[in-house]
Amino acid sequence: MRGLFAFIAGGLFGAGLLVSGMTDSRKVQGWLDIFGEWDPTLAFVMGGAMLPMAIAWRITRGRNPALGGLFPPKPDQRVGRNLVLGSILFGAGWGLAGLCPGPSVASLSYGGIGGIVFILSMVGGMWAAPMLRSRLDAA
Amino acid sequence: MQQEWILGLAGGGLIGIAGAIYLLVNGRIMGASGIIGSVVDGTSGNQTSERIWFIAGLFLLPTLLSFWVGPRDNFITDNLWAIAAAGILVGVGTRLANGCTSGHGICGMSRLSLRGFVATVFYIGAGGLSIILFKHLLGVV
Repeated sequence: MRGLFAFIAGGLFGAGLLVSGMTDSRKVQGWLDIFGEWDPTLAFVMGGAMLPMAIAWRITRGRNPALGGLFPPKPDQRVGRNLVLGSILFGAGWGLAGLCPGPSVASLSYGGIGGIVFILSMVGGMWAAPMLRSRLDAA
Repeated sequence: MQQEWILGLAGGGLIGIAGAIYLLVNGRIMGASGIIGSVVDGTSGNQTSERIWFIAGLFLLPTLLSFWVGPRDNFITDNLWAIAAAGILVGVGTRLANGCTSGHGICGMSRLSLRGFVATVFYIGAGGLSIILFKHLLGVV
């Protein structure tokens, strides 16, 4: 059951990315490119996605997930170096290629060699990240 | 142009409904980098199969839809070195920050999480600077 609903959620997420144009790296770069031909689409996608999510967060109050367990508690709200540094590194790569993790998987079947190189290097970065994090924390 | 923002809003709605299902039914936050990254680095524990199912859906449905709506393209640059560097930055950065556009952006900000807002400000800011540097100044993408 958990797998089935995870599969449905993943599928809808991918369909939404395709429909909204967020698997098109030009549209993402267009949003970030304030000195070029600026494309506001990403703001509409974020807005469209946050509305159902905000309602969902409201529904979680005083309830438990349908398949059991507990809802994820709000994490520690401390803003640390890893959050800021990680987001800067992520943003730099996001601008450079115009892809983030979700769309890179959703567009894999039609992303050609570039899409494959992106996923492989992203997975490599994800694999190396825990080592980098422990180095940073020790420093 | 008008059609593009309507499609953006509709597609965004689908993404939000996906996140709502994952939250209300499975009790999980729909963050792509956490789902993929924890499977990669082996920290997903007893959630591994659930996360692999999520990734399978994320890959399969757009693939099927792209056959139906006609050929698609992600229009990524031809510069494979730039792509490889970008992939590493995205992989390392999202894991260090514990989230990306879906986790911090959509799920975090919609529950008014300070960390979600801070992350989003920094990755959009860095993305804008990255475009200025790599597109307008260096011309590599």
